[in-house]
Amino acid sequence: MAQRASTASKESTQVSTQVIKDLHERMVRIRLFETEAGKLMEAGKLPGFLHLYVGQEAVAAGVMAALRDDDQITSTHRGHGHAVAKGVGLREMYAELYGRVTGACLGRGGSMHINDLTRGMLGANGIVGAGVPIAVGAAFAARYKGEDNVAVTFFGDGATNIGAWHEGANMAAILGLPVVFVCENNGYAEFTPQSGHMLLTDVADRAAAYGMPSVVVDGMDAVAVHRAATEAVERARSGAGPMMIEAKTYRYFDHQGVKGLRHPYRSDEEVAEWKARDPIDLLEARAVADGTATRAELDDVWQRTRDEIADAIAYAEASPLPDPADLLLNVYSG
Amino acid sequence: MTTATEASAVTPVAAARKLSYVKAFNEGLAQAMREDENVFVAGEDVAGYGGVFRMFDHLLDEFGPRRMIDTPISEAALVGLGVGAAARGLRPVVDLMFMDFMGVCLDQIVNQAAKMKYMFGGALSVPLTITTASGAGLGAAAQHSQSLEAWLAHVPGLKVVMPSDAYTAKGLTVSAIRDDNPVVIMLNKVLLGSAGEVPEEIYGIPLGQAHTARHGCDVTVIALGRMVGEALAAAGELAAEGVEIEVIDPRTVQPLDTETMFASVRRTNRVLVVHEAVTFGGLGAEIAAQIQDSVFDYLDAPVLRIGAPFSPVPFSPVLEKAYVPDRARIAQGCRRLLERS
Repeated sequence: MAQRASTASKESTQVSTQVIKDLHERMVRIRLFETEAGKLMEAGKLPGFLHLYVGQEAVAAGVMAALRDDDQITSTHRGHGHAVAKGVGLREMYAELYGRVTGACLGRGGSMHINDLTRGMLGANGIVGAGVPIAVGAAFAARYKGEDNVAVTFFGDGATNIGAWHEGANMAAILGLPVVFVCENNGYAEFTPQSGHMLLTDVADRAAAYGMPSVVVDGMDAVAVHRAATEAVERARSGAGPMMIEAKTYRYFDHQGVKGLRHPYRSDEEVAEWKARDPIDLLEARAVADGTATRAELDDVWQRTRDEIADAIAYAEASPLPDPADLLLNVYSG
Repeated sequence: MTTATEASAVTPVAAARKLSYVKAFNEGLAQAMREDENVFVAGEDVAGYGGVFRMFDHLLDEFGPRRMIDTPISEAALVGLGVGAAARGLRPVVDLMFMDFMGVCLDQIVNQAAKMKYMFGGALSVPLTITTASGAGLGAAAQHSQSLEAWLAHVPGLKVVMPSDAYTAKGLTVSAIRDDNPVVIMLNKVLLGSAGEVPEEIYGIPLGQAHTARHGCDVTVIALGRMVGEALAAAGELAAEGVEIEVIDPRTVQPLDTETMFASVRRTNRVLVVHEAVTFGGLGAEIAAQIQDSVFDYLDAPVLRIGAPFSPVPFSPVLEKAYVPDRARIAQGCRRLLERS
């Protein structure tokens, strides 16, 4: 069975001031990127689909703060948070949402496919579970080349019902590869609650089937996630093989878009309950109480990030659209 | 399961020597592995056992377990492993054993391998090679005998090669591994033991370039994979009747070298397309349509297609024989084309 990580505050004091600030900044960047993207979508400025990450920031921030730039990640259809936290440029990301040629995928991918090789971001993915075996391959390549980077694959609770997830987990385990499996359990597979798609309480229990250790953490607590991720990443980097982290978290917005609850599938009370434990509020309150940061310092992060977001949106809006004459660009190499 | 039984001869001495199709593949792969340290092989029973068709015989001895990896029976994870490793700069060769198994990993082939370069804005390549055995003729029935090239050729980003003999098995394998795109090699199961002249040195056959296997002036027969041999046999039969057919082997079906086909049509004015796959929605339809689009005015008769009936591949040998096109049906098709006008 999965271990259940303690989130007692005395342990969180073991995390350095620098890490707290790092986690905070990554979360604020995600929150603002996503809320602004949601507004742009509502204003009819963005084509396509938009799966917002708001509420789950502690997971991306906690994991990414444990990684190096050359570590690789594979992400999901809800991938903006991972990309932002991994350091993908905000300008390239917004430009991609707008379908501009300056976008991360030259306007060929859109929201669900943002990637950046230079930041080890091996792609958000429109197919649930598909990134799992790809991360296994990236980890394989690292070991083959004698490099010590690790690969992290993010997926939701629903993805663990997919064959590719199980195959990837077993493959990573049997080959002993440096992969960290991160389940962002937000309680819903699209609109179906966890109780409606699996009989387990802890998704992490599935790791045991592959001989993989696992841990369950509070996914609203960035410090708890970070501590678990640090352990799993160090373990993988040392050659001890894969590990799984299940972070219990919540998405504030709908599966897709901002609103549009034609058939309410969760109660307002439930949403309010989770929002009362907002990951950013939680970290800020603790930082101020611990004396790690002043309110003014935290506010400054919000303001600086707001400016950066505004710049990125302006950049995207001013960017040219792709030339239809280049439609076939990059279908093939050579 | 039938497997090629001849002993492996990875480093033969004779300059002009004959090699079986499967050994030609094996030799090409081994040479490509020697050429590039980034090439590795992963698949079910490829290392310790050498592959169920002996495709990977003795490679473990030379390249060791780092470069020859036995994996669980997990086709989705296997192809995904290849995609991830290719994205990180390696040149994986992953084996799907039977083409029919593609169904369980089609997402990784179609949605991941084929589209990754495009969706990364060209920032990476996916030099992944997928090897697999296709075709009927071994009594392996409906789940182990299909020719699914039309599925793959329909997907932008993939390349598909169909070696028709030992020489092309080696050359196309080397080119597939050297190519920076995901390439599927469809090795025909019935051809595995067939021998042909194969140069010892490493050589590649350009992808997307058709080969005129026989020159003739009366009918152009465009044949895929194993059907090339059947078409050549039919050509011998027809030559005795005073009919000269031209046999075109596309070798690569994606990208498809239509120019060589069009040039042939301009000379012969009659075309028959033959493949092992089901006729409906098969590549014969695509080839016929392209010929009509581009060289309609040269045609003296409608393009004729020969393929399998719209049925799963049957088991009973008598049914299987009736299912797969052969030299007799090809010869008959040519005669029908000549009867018009």
